[in-house]
Amino acid sequence: MTTAAGKSLIGTRKPHLADSSFRVSLYVAGAVVVVVLASILLIMFMGGRQAFETFGLGFVWSTEWNPVTSVYGALPAITGTLITAFTAILIAWPIGFGIAFFLTEICPLSLRAPLGIAIELLAAIPSIVYGMWGFFVLAPFMADNVQPWLTELFAWLPPVGDSFFWFSAPPLGVGLMTASLVLAVMILPFIAATSRDVMLSTPQLLKDGAYAMGATRWETLTGVVIPAVRGSLFGAVFLGLGRALGETMAIVFVIGNATRMPDSLFAPSASIASVVANNFPEAEPGSIQLAVLLGLGFILFVVSFGVLALARLLLRQERMA
Amino acid sequence: MSRMETIAPPRPQVSASARVESGSVKVRARAVSVFYGEKQALFDVSLDMPEKSVSALIGPSGCGKSTFLRSINRMNDTIPGCRVTGEIAIDGDNINDKSVDPVLLRAQVGMVFQKPNPFPKSIFDNVAYGVRLHGLAESKRDLDQIVETSLIKAGLWDEVKDRLSASGMSLSGGQQQRLVIARAIAINPEIILMDEPCSALDPIATAKIEELIDELKTNFCIIIVTHSMAQAARVSQQTAFFHLGKLIEFGPTEQVFTNPRDTRTQDYITGRFG
Repeated sequence: MTTAAGKSLIGTRKPHLADSSFRVSLYVAGAVVVVVLASILLIMFMGGRQAFETFGLGFVWSTEWNPVTSVYGALPAITGTLITAFTAILIAWPIGFGIAFFLTEICPLSLRAPLGIAIELLAAIPSIVYGMWGFFVLAPFMADNVQPWLTELFAWLPPVGDSFFWFSAPPLGVGLMTASLVLAVMILPFIAATSRDVMLSTPQLLKDGAYAMGATRWETLTGVVIPAVRGSLFGAVFLGLGRALGETMAIVFVIGNATRMPDSLFAPSASIASVVANNFPEAEPGSIQLAVLLGLGFILFVVSFGVLALARLLLRQERMA
Repeated sequence: MSRMETIAPPRPQVSASARVESGSVKVRARAVSVFYGEKQALFDVSLDMPEKSVSALIGPSGCGKSTFLRSINRMNDTIPGCRVTGEIAIDGDNINDKSVDPVLLRAQVGMVFQKPNPFPKSIFDNVAYGVRLHGLAESKRDLDQIVETSLIKAGLWDEVKDRLSASGMSLSGGQQQRLVIARAIAINPEIILMDEPCSALDPIATAKIEELIDELKTNFCIIIVTHSMAQAARVSQQTAFFHLGKLIEFGPTEQVFTNPRDTRTQDYITGRFG
């Protein structure tokens, strides 16, 4: 093919400098993610290697945490992390979905934008503020009102062995349940905002199809909208879970900071992140304590990664089905 | 102003109205206006659509034909800020009356949309959806029977009978559109509204749907919005031409296409605008 001037069209166009440098910079941007991820993982592991070597598998499985005798088992902190994160999800999940349904289906148009912004503002509150609120407001309230009531309500629950008593515990205020509640409030905006966006992305055509069949709002929501976006709704929940697992500052305030296995849902406990935050100032360079803390960081990384990977796997199976 | 016969309009400013002789009136619209917020999309539309026949609504984009269609099953209720005035009666009963539950109304007025919208469920569950919703099947066998009959009527049975548990989304576009028609007729409505049902389909799938519409009219009152004048001419017995939110002309399809009474209709069907 030739142009009017007789020049061939093919092969005359030189690759533009801007184009190729754009390409390279995009590759760099993509590579940064991998490099940062890998180097954090590597440094955590290298730093914590001494802990893994000293305690072996006991580092993960041992329940004993005693800085005086230099025995460090991470199981209490891992347990505290998992219990608070999953309890928080259990509380925040239904409320977050409820908010999303309300905002997309029921709420008057004029209120949607202000309410949506209010929810996003909830996510903008610094975690230290949540921590102080949890310590000074929520914890006393829990101790005086909620905990005695729950203890009585669930008195019939048989204990697990003689080491875990569910809701029976002295009303201290701080502990697993208070930490879970604070976490729930913190991840609520993530779950609500993400699931609202997911619901808004449901094609109107699909909803119209259900309405046109004589489905009510509720039937449209439960029978058509939710099945259509189930995967993305799970995504919203796991986003919240990922955040709950790693949250530190607010937890330090309200979890009680007792590195031992919890004997109830109200027991003062510790999470991986809170243990690291509490002990870091005293850990000297080169000490076994520092290695333990870095090792804990590595474990938290693996736990979070594992949870998110599991979520992805579930979603993929869902899509294939 | 149309020269067509006008029947007792409730208001003098009715722009056009007509009665078609064949069959008895299934849907009667009187001075129907639709507003989206402050903006009026439909102006005083009055027309009578007979049962067991196909009525086509044609006109350029934005002329109000889909808006009118959606007011027949009160789908406009689901749009915030949308307001409908005037009277629409099915078998003489005003559907905008306060005592009418739009949910039950929609069970009697099926609807097929521009693009096929099967639910993310199996083929069987798609067709069974409305039957289960409204509790129309007495037993599992009954349900199976309804699903099979509906798929046969929609001309889809032979293509899907071996894979009823496959996802409705796995079908081709034309099959999906027949699936949602089966879904609509499974609950035995009296009226089926079709909003450009073939606009996303290829000519072969379109021909199948048109064939199906022709068969369905023996049992249902079908009201179809279409951009294809050839389609309106092929499938309908009466045609309504809308322009700028007003009903310009309504009459037997043959007359509207061969001998339109309004110059705007003439201009549109001969391709001078639209």
